[in-house]
Amino acid sequence: MNLIIGILYLIAAVLFILGMKLLSSPETARLGNILSSIGMFIAIVSTIPLLPGITNKSIFQQHLINYILIIIAILIGLIVGVFGAYAVKMTAIPQMVAIFNGVGGGAAALVSAIEFFTHSSNPQTISYFFVITTLFASLVGAVSFTGSVIAFSKLQGLIDKPVTYSLQKIVNAIIMFGIILLGLLTIFSDSHIIFGWFFIISLVFGILMTLPIGGADMPVVIALLNSFTGLAVAVDGFTIHNIAMIIGGTLVGSSGTLLTLLMCKAMNRSITNVLFGAFGKITSSDSSGGTTGDKTIKSITSDEVAIMLAYAQLVIIVPGYGLAVAQAQHQVRELENELEKRNIEVKYAIHPVAGRMPGHMNVLLAEANVPYDHLYEMEQINPEFQRADVVLVIGANDVVNPAAKNNPGSPIYGMPILNVQQAKQVIVLKRSMNPGFSGIENELFYNENTRMLFGDAKDSVSKLINELKKVK
Amino acid sequence: MNSSIIGLFLFYIFVMAIFVGFEVISKVPVILHTPLMSGTNAIHGIILIGGILILASANNLLSFICGFIAVVFGSINVFGGFMVTHRMLQMFKRKKR
Repeated sequence: MNLIIGILYLIAAVLFILGMKLLSSPETARLGNILSSIGMFIAIVSTIPLLPGITNKSIFQQHLINYILIIIAILIGLIVGVFGAYAVKMTAIPQMVAIFNGVGGGAAALVSAIEFFTHSSNPQTISYFFVITTLFASLVGAVSFTGSVIAFSKLQGLIDKPVTYSLQKIVNAIIMFGIILLGLLTIFSDSHIIFGWFFIISLVFGILMTLPIGGADMPVVIALLNSFTGLAVAVDGFTIHNIAMIIGGTLVGSSGTLLTLLMCKAMNRSITNVLFGAFGKITSSDSSGGTTGDKTIKSITSDEVAIMLAYAQLVIIVPGYGLAVAQAQHQVRELENELEKRNIEVKYAIHPVAGRMPGHMNVLLAEANVPYDHLYEMEQINPEFQRADVVLVIGANDVVNPAAKNNPGSPIYGMPILNVQQAKQVIVLKRSMNPGFSGIENELFYNENTRMLFGDAKDSVSKLINELKKVK
Repeated sequence: MNSSIIGLFLFYIFVMAIFVGFEVISKVPVILHTPLMSGTNAIHGIILIGGILILASANNLLSFICGFIAVVFGSINVFGGFMVTHRMLQMFKRKKR
């Protein structure tokens, strides 16, 4: 590698780091993303001198078909990527991130596989280090690819339940054993066929690993697979001696690991519990607490809610994924305006895992121009609920479920929740009495100070606005 | 320089980058977790370099096919990743008063 490429790679690396750093604040986040993309542009363009035949016309002509294919492939990726990024609805962002991550993992796995096939027959270039790194990057990249595809299918609703079956643990153990065995055989034989089987079984392992995990845990899985892809890319960087890939991949690998741990912390679960706990399995047997059957729910109409709101001083809105599905964020924003006109204080309580990913709800509300200084994180808002006159729970469920505090049998036991029940009045806007994404019954709905406002969130909030305008 | 020194040098970079990656995002607020995940997701699209290098020197059918798919995938990762992050962040503008 020559000096100029080295310096350009260094500039790219600095831009990546600065970009990630600037993403720490809403004011500078956009600049951060632009800096990272400039870094990416520099890194890719400065790779051109490394290509075969760039300075030699006859060698270049031998590789002409390769270069045409590279340009076509980049253009296909450009069209698909840009189209995907612009066509996606804001509610479907987590799926999109999953699929962009998956293709990165797939690319990393393919690069290491071709490296192995090209160099393993040459005793001059092959070493144990080389074989182990290509095996590792293939495994991690392949798991990230198929795992992300499954995560996408789950979030998109193509697979709607955690898939569990008897002997699951044994099957997974056999697959893991098979991966280790085939890996060792490849190291000692350098056989292309065994490597091929290793690659296929790695793909299968990604599917089997992700299938039993419930949809509510998918954000953690995506964050983990994101760091997997980063790691695979970094290891590929070792195999083909590319510093830009090592730095870029490692930055994502380590920051992704930290992000995964932060998300688990927000849900008060350990990473092993998420990956191997088979979340959905417990919910089917015993989670309702068994006592909800004899309690009654109290429903309410929108004009009554409007009067309550009109005489409140502090209203706290708890948005959940249901709000996003109903596309009600603009109506909620309008309701906020209407309340603020009457000098009623409005705050939003954002649970760390509201929506489908940490921060997802903030993006959705930002889309509706809700100023982000009205959004409060759980620790900030929890002491305020006792002061609140009305709490509007819009399409949220598990994040306000008291079972997380007082029912040790519940699968979400231990998850920190928003203490909405401390407010004077809780209004739950909900489509029906169906349990939430994790399939758990919610005792909050049966509370003394809870009223249910049934219907589509968008319609309900629109009606509330109209009724509120009538209240003098 | 012999190859083990180069290897050690690359390993130094690897270890330092681990610490930088941890440090640099440790103060990111929860509200930016999704854009951050998406933004870092775009950065590992740097695998595109690997795909390009592989496809540029491909000389048999398997490496042509795999290399081509790798470049398409890497390119989707880069362009899609940065675009979707940008689109998300455009919504974080402060309210105009």
